[in-house]
Amino acid sequence: MSFDIKKIREDFPILKRKVNGVPLVYLDNAATSQKPQQVIDCIVDYYSNYNANIHRGVHTLSQEATDAYEKARKIIQVHFNAAHAHEVLFTSGTTESINLVASGFSEILKTGDEIIVSALEHHSNIVPWQMLCERTGAILKVIPMNEDGTLQMDVYASLLNEKTKLVFVNHISNALGIINPIKEIIDAAHKVGAAVLIDGAQACSHIKADVQALDVDFYVTSAHKMCGPTGVGILYMKEDWGKKLPPYQGGGEMIATVTFEKTTYAEMPHKFEAGTPNICGGIAFGAAVDYLNNIGFDAIYKQEESLLSYATEQLLQIEGLKIYGVSPEKTSVISFNVGEIHPYDIGTILDKLGIAVRTGHHCAQPIMDFYCIPGTVRASFAFYNTIEEVDALVAGVKKAVMMFG
Amino acid sequence: MTIKEIQEELIDEFAMFEDWMQKYEYMIDLGKSLPLIDPVLKTDDKLIKGCQSKVWLQSEMDGDKIIFTADSDAIITKGIIAILIRVFSNQTPDAIVAAKTDFIAEIGLQEHLSPTRANGLVSMVKQMKLYAIAYQATNK
Repeated sequence: MSFDIKKIREDFPILKRKVNGVPLVYLDNAATSQKPQQVIDCIVDYYSNYNANIHRGVHTLSQEATDAYEKARKIIQVHFNAAHAHEVLFTSGTTESINLVASGFSEILKTGDEIIVSALEHHSNIVPWQMLCERTGAILKVIPMNEDGTLQMDVYASLLNEKTKLVFVNHISNALGIINPIKEIIDAAHKVGAAVLIDGAQACSHIKADVQALDVDFYVTSAHKMCGPTGVGILYMKEDWGKKLPPYQGGGEMIATVTFEKTTYAEMPHKFEAGTPNICGGIAFGAAVDYLNNIGFDAIYKQEESLLSYATEQLLQIEGLKIYGVSPEKTSVISFNVGEIHPYDIGTILDKLGIAVRTGHHCAQPIMDFYCIPGTVRASFAFYNTIEEVDALVAGVKKAVMMFG
Repeated sequence: MTIKEIQEELIDEFAMFEDWMQKYEYMIDLGKSLPLIDPVLKTDDKLIKGCQSKVWLQSEMDGDKIIFTADSDAIITKGIIAILIRVFSNQTPDAIVAAKTDFIAEIGLQEHLSPTRANGLVSMVKQMKLYAIAYQATNK
């Protein structure tokens, strides 16, 4: 299917909005993506026509809701090329997915075991491991980063040893947009018998991950980064781990039999999905994945790539503008500062011009400390953004520079 | 001047601006004209939490009045500080504690009041009032 930007923008009602009296230019897609009408309709349809609890009722609505929920799981399985649908666990999002794995490993790790994380991580990918280390006596090691935002892979190799039990790296860093060499990271970890969790929150809207080709143990993401609703995400868990890890929470759904003497647990995915899940969210997540695949990830990548290269070229013409994270392996995220101007100041002026960007440390303070800056202005593009919107951003930054210069 | 009189003066000043650009340019000027504080006072214990930009706030008693000095690494934030200092500095603790803050909305800076802005306007006002309460308590 050919890529018709005009037609695609029609799918997103919010893009017609005005902010501060001017048309919205939404360039905060790395924080959350906007939702197409197809996903919104799916949510309305669920609550209007077949809202019911799943996996338990014999009645028609419950059956329909269960079928739709499990169909969504199947869509997501196919999308990530998981070997089995039951390896796809629904969670409330990336953060819960990570905590679920951390909680499971708290039963496995022993004092002196080692966990490796990268210096590029989002706070949500650092804090659970620090807590896990405090609980278990395991040691947290960090893969340092280079000036261009890439990881020091030689140091990574030297950190791996037989005590390494887990490696956690994001597929793409949220603050800089750099694509990490995850296949290399996974293969090296497996050689010493360590498991690998990849945080795909920033990657999934840009590239299709193939969990079998990657041979990854855990892969996590959130629906809301992929044109789906907030409050739902997945944890892909390789089947073996589903047997090894204990349940995350006790409750309904996750049990097979219950007596007061002993409870036996259900098989995965239900073992890790206690209680009534976000049914509508899961179904709408499936609709969002379908929507993206209908456009096609090649077309998405191409559009974002052209926005990125045009924006990079135009922004760099502004005197004193510095882009952080300049590896050629990056997605459509530009993190920048201009001279000594505080990112918050630039962000405030851009907002007055209707341009939504993120400012601050992007929940990645260690990266900001590395560059000795309080934060950056981050513009992140999606396939529904246009060259004209990039022009608006560039003009807005110029205006801000004029005001603060 | 009383706090209320200063607030009314500010409302009049801001009423003259025709658009947001003029208003922000004025705030940027205010921010740039804010007297610099001694770098030794920029310590972490004077940092106000809840600001995306850093804000240091220092207070001292001069007779029966509180003198506030402050600084920030972002200029718009400095402009906001300059406005708050004009309103609350050189006033008695009682007057500061009792002061209303409706003027912020009236000069069209209500967008900075939203907690999501995280620029700390709310935190700054709160911190100034807390200092006033503390001085009130020590004077009694």
